[in-house]
Amino acid sequence: MSIRASIFSLTSALLIAGAASAMAADSEADYKSAYATAEAANKEAGSLRNQWTVTAAALAAAKKAADSGDFDKAVAQSKEAEALAKASIFQAVSEKEAWKALEIK
Amino acid sequence: MRLVSAIPFASAALALAVLALATPPAPAADTVDPVKDATAFRKFFTDKFPKLKPEDFVNGPYSMNEDLHKQWEEKEQFPPYEFSLEMGKEMFSKPFKNGKSYEDCFPNKGIGIRQNYPYFDEKEGKVVTLELALNRCREANGEPPFSYVRDEMAALTAYMAFTSRGKPFDIKIPNDPRALEAYQNGKRYFYTRRGQLNFSCATCHVQSPGERIRAEVLAPALGILNAMPIYRSEWSGMGTTSRRFTTCNSQIRGVPLSPQDDEYRDLEYYLSYVSNGLPISGPGARP
Repeated sequence: MSIRASIFSLTSALLIAGAASAMAADSEADYKSAYATAEAANKEAGSLRNQWTVTAAALAAAKKAADSGDFDKAVAQSKEAEALAKASIFQAVSEKEAWKALEIK
Repeated sequence: MRLVSAIPFASAALALAVLALATPPAPAADTVDPVKDATAFRKFFTDKFPKLKPEDFVNGPYSMNEDLHKQWEEKEQFPPYEFSLEMGKEMFSKPFKNGKSYEDCFPNKGIGIRQNYPYFDEKEGKVVTLELALNRCREANGEPPFSYVRDEMAALTAYMAFTSRGKPFDIKIPNDPRALEAYQNGKRYFYTRRGQLNFSCATCHVQSPGERIRAEVLAPALGILNAMPIYRSEWSGMGTTSRRFTTCNSQIRGVPLSPQDDEYRDLEYYLSYVSNGLPISGPGARP
């Protein structure tokens, strides 16, 4: 292999490694942002005394995936947790009046 | 959008759609009338199960199903709660380190008083349950409180219930707006849907008593606390009212509150009040 070819290979390798590292950093940032959003929504559900166990499970799964470096999964689980937390908030708010429809009268 | 990220959005949309569809229109009128409530409550169940005597409702699922009733009669020959009852009797009579005992904390030395709990404490402005009163008694005498969901509390309340068997629930709502508010909060908690399954207490115990949920026969809400604490075969052990409430919440995928939080105390107040007149039958046994 010529020196020129070696330099080209090395440069390519460094560029690829750099790009992968930047992508991982982006993914980690995405995860952190998604997780924080989900956590805030779940906290709001807590203030309404209406958290769901599945939200906590999705948050835990997100953290576990992030700890193992699987940020795609971590982001997906965070978004799942956010969706569940938002549904529990919707439930708590709508039930403030809706419960009366079930009452024995 | 990738498939992986599309799934949570789809599930969120579905969850919100289900919740929206399950949300009935809200009726007006907000007067709190416990006497009227209790009359309507009892009528609902006696109309639904016209063959049952009112006092049969305290036997929960065993009153709903003939085969289960036979099983219950056989179980009562050698009741599974007997060990707990013996343990509770022994614990109740054993003095604290300071020489006092539970007897000193309760009217009539704690014997035959289960039917009066929970009560509304006008000094505190809150509902006091029997489990709470027992732990307060312990702490006032320098003893650490028991867990509200474990065997010691179940044993103590089993013994106190046993000494009150046959006495009708006699829950009072004093002329105090805070008591009425606690009652109303308990009622609201009972009918409020929660958890990912979108169930309220009433979903199972008003809409579906006598029906099966998986292998279990659901108990009617009328008289549901009269048999507490209970030995549950499913748990292979005793369960307090606190354990029952928190477990119900978990089963519908809701995060339970802490035992004896205001919501649970108010719920117990409401459920006990609407069962006024029905006999204490605890400790009980359930499948």
